[in-house]
Amino acid sequence: MIERDNSYQGLMSRKNEIMKAAVGVDYSQFESGGLSFDYEAMMASTGYSLEDVIAIQRDLSIGRTPIIELKNLTALARHCAPPGLGARIFIKDEAANPSGSFKVRRAAISIHQAKEKGYKGAISATSGNYGAAVASCCARLGLKCIVVQECFDSKGLGQPEIIEKARKCEALGAEVVQLTVGPELFYIFLRLLEETGYFNASLYTTFGIAGIESLGWELAQQMREEYRLEPAMVVCTNAGGGNLTGTARGLRKAECRAQVVAASVNLKGLHMASDRQFNLKSFTTGHTGFGMPFTTWPDRSDVPRSAARPLRYMDQYVTINQGEVFYITEILAQLEGLEKGPAGNTSLAAAFSLAQALPQDQAIVVQETEYTGAGKHVNAQLSFARQNGIEILLGDPRQEVPGKNIILPSHPSLIQAQAADMDHLRLSLIKNALKAHPELERNAQGRVQLSPQDLEFLVAETNSNRAFVEKALESL
Amino acid sequence: MAKKGDWVKLHIKVLNPQERAPQVPEDTKEVPLEMWVKGTLCEDCQLGQSAKVITRTGRCVEGILCEVNPSYHHSFGDFIPELLHVGQQARAIVWGGACD
Repeated sequence: MIERDNSYQGLMSRKNEIMKAAVGVDYSQFESGGLSFDYEAMMASTGYSLEDVIAIQRDLSIGRTPIIELKNLTALARHCAPPGLGARIFIKDEAANPSGSFKVRRAAISIHQAKEKGYKGAISATSGNYGAAVASCCARLGLKCIVVQECFDSKGLGQPEIIEKARKCEALGAEVVQLTVGPELFYIFLRLLEETGYFNASLYTTFGIAGIESLGWELAQQMREEYRLEPAMVVCTNAGGGNLTGTARGLRKAECRAQVVAASVNLKGLHMASDRQFNLKSFTTGHTGFGMPFTTWPDRSDVPRSAARPLRYMDQYVTINQGEVFYITEILAQLEGLEKGPAGNTSLAAAFSLAQALPQDQAIVVQETEYTGAGKHVNAQLSFARQNGIEILLGDPRQEVPGKNIILPSHPSLIQAQAADMDHLRLSLIKNALKAHPELERNAQGRVQLSPQDLEFLVAETNSNRAFVEKALESL
Repeated sequence: MAKKGDWVKLHIKVLNPQERAPQVPEDTKEVPLEMWVKGTLCEDCQLGQSAKVITRTGRCVEGILCEVNPSYHHSFGDFIPELLHVGQQARAIVWGGACD
């Protein structure tokens, strides 16, 4: 038996070969040699058309979730909006999927692929709903499943939402490996992939993103068939970017021209890998700590080229505070009779605010809900925050300071999504792309000389134009 | 004493503080990376002693025995009085009636 060097450095040096074996995709075939790669060719390489994706998902009882018109929430928004404004608010009840979230759409295609290619099991590194989604599909298709979670701080205190997700994964037959805070989770993940030879059910492969295209496509069709409406706006909770990317691609395939808006919970000032700050967060996903870095540099993920590239599809990016999301979760239960998990309601809190700037005859669609339960609940999260020294107040959510307090709006009119500067995000992406390629040619003034292909790539990556990218390159 | 065949949880110290990844923030660098894994105990063992388990996927893992029949205790938390106001006010706005 060959003795492998399983030290941190030793294992990380084998990263590329482990990944290639565990995803079954040779990413180098899509590379141009510069900073660009052929994104569409990579997406097409799954071999699954949208029709195939839908068929695979139907076979696993995934999709065809209802779209619910939130009439009372709309009435409340109109009460806060200027006269004539306040679009109709709709929500796609993705919690009705097996495993309780939209994430099972992406797991379905990954696990189907794993089974087709003869893998005996699948591994996923996630503290979110994706773990249960992978576990659910593995249970259905007879594959073994390991979920690796970042779960505890160094005192052994676990975030209740993540503990609940561990429970759910185990309930669905998975092995759960729990870790303390730190990016070395990736090291454990690689070690497990190498040890077991299982499939890497990454959130960021082409399979994962192709799986969400059905959500956008279905949403557009349902709005047309059931409500005879073309949505003006679709709001997506944004973390790693896959939700938004897949939904937007699906909307485009349905020829729906709705504006696509990203929404993240504002966790400004809290470090994602900090042991001390780990349990000061009341949201473990859908927040700016993932949303901003993944939007401005998608290739930080666990595959060489992420299929989740949200800035390509994003018309607006808004942030919303923790107290505002908890408020809207409570209101959804109290006014609409729908009790759902708070993290999935990030986009709903944003939509409540955004609807107030749109005419009343327009439709704004929130494209997900998630299941709720012990741990994944407003009460569980707020009392956990209070136990950890976070003040819970009623007041103006603009005064909220992540890690210090959570401010529930004292009136619904105080819910106000904050728009991020899109050009600033675009500029950050360009900067990060150049930083990742120090080998690129520079002229006498130190400016990067891009090939026409690389220039077009950055235009697509930033959903901008040549003039914007050229100006950005000059300023850097 | 845990018996061979019991369902248990193991604790494993994966990386010492000095072995942590370079990009880790200072507070996280001061503590080890720890891991917990569950499985079926291979031999009789005392709590706090080194043990081997076979996990659900059939992996053999060694660590310190820390719990027998590991259970979940997460809940819906304590009552949050501030939430009372939220629901009452919204219902009053939409449906009419008293509101504080």
